[in-house]
Amino acid sequence: MQLKINPSEVKDIVEFIKNYDKRKIKIMEVCGTHTMSIAKSGIKTILPENIKLISGPGCPVCVTAINRIDEILTLSQNPKVLIATFGDMLKVPGSRQGFNLATLKSMGAKVEVVYSAMDAISIAENNPDFEVVFLGIGFETTAPGTAVAIKEAKERNIKNFSVFSMHKFVEPALRALLDSKEIEIDAFICPGHVSTILGIKGFRFLADDYKKPSVISGFEPEDILTAIYKIIMQFEKNIAIIENEYMRIVTLEGNEFAQRIMEDVFEPVDDIWRGIGIIPKSGMGIKDTYCDFDTVKRFDIKLDFKDKLTICKCGDIIKGKIEPKECSLFAKLCSPENPIGPCMVSSEGACAAYYKYLRF
Amino acid sequence: MCLAVPLKVIEIDGNDAVAELDGIKMKIRVDFVKDIKIGDYVYVHAGFAINKLDEKLAKENLELFREVANAAKNKSK
Ligand code: SF4
Repeated sequence: MQLKINPSEVKDIVEFIKNYDKRKIKIMEVCGTHTMSIAKSGIKTILPENIKLISGPGCPVCVTAINRIDEILTLSQNPKVLIATFGDMLKVPGSRQGFNLATLKSMGAKVEVVYSAMDAISIAENNPDFEVVFLGIGFETTAPGTAVAIKEAKERNIKNFSVFSMHKFVEPALRALLDSKEIEIDAFICPGHVSTILGIKGFRFLADDYKKPSVISGFEPEDILTAIYKIIMQFEKNIAIIENEYMRIVTLEGNEFAQRIMEDVFEPVDDIWRGIGIIPKSGMGIKDTYCDFDTVKRFDIKLDFKDKLTICKCGDIIKGKIEPKECSLFAKLCSPENPIGPCMVSSEGACAAYYKYLRF
Repeated sequence: MCLAVPLKVIEIDGNDAVAELDGIKMKIRVDFVKDIKIGDYVYVHAGFAINKLDEKLAKENLELFREVANAAKNKSK
């Protein structure tokens, strides 16, 4: 079941945006899937000079601090540990150049790619001699699934399963960006699938507290174009509200079942973000009730929160401060075959999107 | 990673279900969507249905595009 929109109608929206020259508007698309879709559909190339789209901190792999990558790589060296992870994490380099989960796997580490947190539970059941560690990355869209897996592991008394939770809340990061005033952002295209879980109310703060016109958008080119149009209209009318363009699945309240399960398992903890640093109460820590399933406790990992310098500029990219082309390594030393940073590894990283679609 | 695709539900067994897209079948969980029926479309992210696609709302969404396209056309003139 696809929404069928007439190409000539899409053209009408494109024409309007192309010819809009009244004011400068810098729009942040928060979600990495939007970044990919914007690059792929060519939307960037039709924008007039005065309208800019910048990528935000919405690529889960990209915002994961290198400190956590180093801790994961160390953990993978424990002969009893089997790492279960989404594929996007495989090639993210740690501090030591050339070392990532994929290379360590080729050297004997046990690493399995999973599609869902539930797959990690099955792996644990099928490998009773190993400690299965699921790498929990992602925002509010992904965290509820991890929460179900943790609850299920507890119910089914699965003893060799734990989660290294690096899940994060979107709101504190956006607030941190806006509060820091490091970069100017005039408006937001809000992540459609995080909104599916949190509801429209989850992004109201952008308009209420910061007076930023914001539109929740789906991922088809026509969704994004509509969102841009609606943002322009808010500026024309001199208003700042949250609008929902992705009405086919986003509601006012969001998915309350998912919210409840997430709240049952996770609690807000201070967390470190690549490029941004520590943001209070921005991470999802596993509650004490489920501490048996917390990798950090089970392996007594001393989480490192110190800033680590890297040559990669992903930190500035996820803040919307620079574009991939402004990194001197882009498409030279750094490419999808030989990624130096997570923004080039992740299928929704800004550098990967630019490399694939906007390199020339 | 925040991708979610609409799939058609073809089997349901408690919180487990099977959904398909163009003949490709996939095991999913439906913990977060209640009252789903076989034939419903759900958006699936990392193996979990995160919401049902409401056909009525989908039509309204299409109407919204039309309205925006129309308005854009009139404004471009
Ligand atoms: S091009 Fe590579 S090194 Fe530069 S910011 Fe992107 S991922 Fe990092």
